[in-house]
Amino acid sequence: MKSESRLERILRSGRFALTGELGPPRGADAESVRKKAAFLKGMVDAVNITDNQTAVVRMSSLGACLIAKQEGLEPVYQMVCRDRNRIAMQSDILGAAALGVHTMLCLSGDHQTFGDHPGCKKVFDLDSIQLLGMVKTMRDEGRFQSGAEISVPPQMFIGAAANPFAEPHEFRIQRLAKKVAAGADFIQTQCVYNMERFQAWLNQARDMGLTEKVYILAGVTPLKSLGMARYMKKNVPGMDVPQEYITRLQGVEKKDQAREGMEICCEQIQQMREMKGLAGIHLMAIEWEHRVPEIVKKAGLLPRPEPEQE
Amino acid sequence: MIKALTKPLEEIREMIAPYSRVLTIGCGGCVSLCLAGGQKEARGLNIKLSASKAPRSDAIFDDITIERQCEQQFLAALDTRVGNYDALISLACGAGVQFLAERFPNTPVFPGVNTQFVGVTRDIGWYEERCKTCGDCVLGLTAGICPVTMCSKSLFNGPCGGPQDGHCEVDPDTPCAWIAIFERLQAQGRLESITAIHPARDWQNQIPGRILVEEYRTRYIEDGETS
Repeated sequence: MKSESRLERILRSGRFALTGELGPPRGADAESVRKKAAFLKGMVDAVNITDNQTAVVRMSSLGACLIAKQEGLEPVYQMVCRDRNRIAMQSDILGAAALGVHTMLCLSGDHQTFGDHPGCKKVFDLDSIQLLGMVKTMRDEGRFQSGAEISVPPQMFIGAAANPFAEPHEFRIQRLAKKVAAGADFIQTQCVYNMERFQAWLNQARDMGLTEKVYILAGVTPLKSLGMARYMKKNVPGMDVPQEYITRLQGVEKKDQAREGMEICCEQIQQMREMKGLAGIHLMAIEWEHRVPEIVKKAGLLPRPEPEQE
Repeated sequence: MIKALTKPLEEIREMIAPYSRVLTIGCGGCVSLCLAGGQKEARGLNIKLSASKAPRSDAIFDDITIERQCEQQFLAALDTRVGNYDALISLACGAGVQFLAERFPNTPVFPGVNTQFVGVTRDIGWYEERCKTCGDCVLGLTAGICPVTMCSKSLFNGPCGGPQDGHCEVDPDTPCAWIAIFERLQAQGRLESITAIHPARDWQNQIPGRILVEEYRTRYIEDGETS
C-alpha cells in the first residue's frame, strides 16, 4: 500500500470500484456539503471533491474534503494547476495529508476565461503531468520539487484524468502512458457515452500494458434531459454523445427524460462491468447527487464493500 | 525592441546532430541589433559548428540572413533555398522562428537564440528589460516606470515592505521601482496618481494575441464576421 486511501485498498483487493463526485457550494455553506454527502454515503467508495470546476469560485476542495470526511466519506482531493504555483500546491498537499486526506486527483483545470473571473492571472506553473510527478516524488522520495527533504512525506494515492475522445485521437493513449509514467496510480476518464470508442481506447491501453500499471475508472454522467445531451454533444469539447442516446431521449415525454437518462447510465455501467482491464466506475452526477442512490442500486453496484475500521 | 541571447553551442549541436545539411538563418531585425542573431552571429555560429567536427564530419553548414523573420514577404526569399537543406537553425526571436517554421512545415526548424525580453539598449552590448507586453499600459500613472516589469512582485500599489537602501530585496543591484515611481511623481507634483488604490486588473494576455488595425480590418475580415 502506498497510502491509507480506501480507494487504493478497494482497487488492490480487485473489487470493482465506484467513485462519485461532489461539487462544493458557492458560499461558506457547510450544510450543503453535508446534505450532498448524505446522499453519497454508503453508495460510493470515495468521492471526488471538485476544485473550482469550470473556473467558477467555490468553497475550496480541501475545505469540502474535510466536511465530507467528517460525514464518513472518503474524499478524493482534486487539485488544478490554474490557481496555484508549486509552493502553494505542495503546501496544500502537506496540509491535506496531515488532515487525513489520502487520495488526490491531479488536473490542469478549466481555463479561467470560462469562469466568473476571466480577467484573473492564470498560474499553470506546472501542468497536470508535472503535478503528478511532483506528488509522486513527495510521497516516494520524501522530497519537495526543489529536492529538499520533507520531514513527514504525504502518503497520497495519486489519480489523473484522461479523455479518450479528445483530439488528436491517436495521441490520447500516449498521453495516458505519460501520466502513468509520471506517477498516476489511478485514472478517472472524462464522461463516456460512445461505448465503442471507449472500448477501443481501453483495448489500446491493455495492449500497451497500461491496465497492468494503473487502475482505470470509466467516467459516467447520467443525462438529465434531452437539452443536457444536446448541450454536451454540441458545446463540450472532447465529448462524444452518440445520436442513438439523443434519439432515445427524444422518444420519451419530457417528464420521463430523466428516467430514460438514468436507464442509459445504468446500461452503460452494466456494459462497463464486463470490460476487461477496467477497474471501476467514476460516477459524476453533476448537481444530481440525490439521484446517486437510485442509479447505484439500479446498476447493481450495491452493496459497496464495508469500510474497514475507519 | 526584442532582446535575445545566443544559445549555448553544445545545445545547438545536440539539436542538429541527426542532420547533415544545415542552413543557419540570421535575422536583420531586433536580434541583429543586440548581437545575438544577425549576419555576423550566423556566420560565427557556423564557423564554430564546422570547427567542432562533431557530430558529423560530413555536415555542411551554410548561412543566410534576411531582413526580418517576422514577415512572410522577407521569408519568401528563402523559398528556393530551403529545399537544399534537411534542417534550419533560426537565429530570430521566438516569433520569427515560428513564422519560419510555419512557412516551411516539412523542414525541421531549430532555435539558435533564447528570446529574453522587450528592452532597451543602455550601451553597446548592454540591454535592460522594460516591458512585459501586458496589454494594458499604466505608465501614465507611474511616471513612465513600469510596475509590472520593474517591480519584482509586479505590484500595482507598491512599494512592499522590502526595499533596502532604495534597492529591491530580491536583488541588491536592482533599484526599487516603486521608490523611483514615488520620487519621480513627487518631483512632478502629481503624487495623487498613486495615492488612489489601483484596483485588481484584467490580465489580457490569456490567449494568443492578435491585432487588426482598424483601417485594415476589412482587408482580412468579411462584413458580418465577428472576429
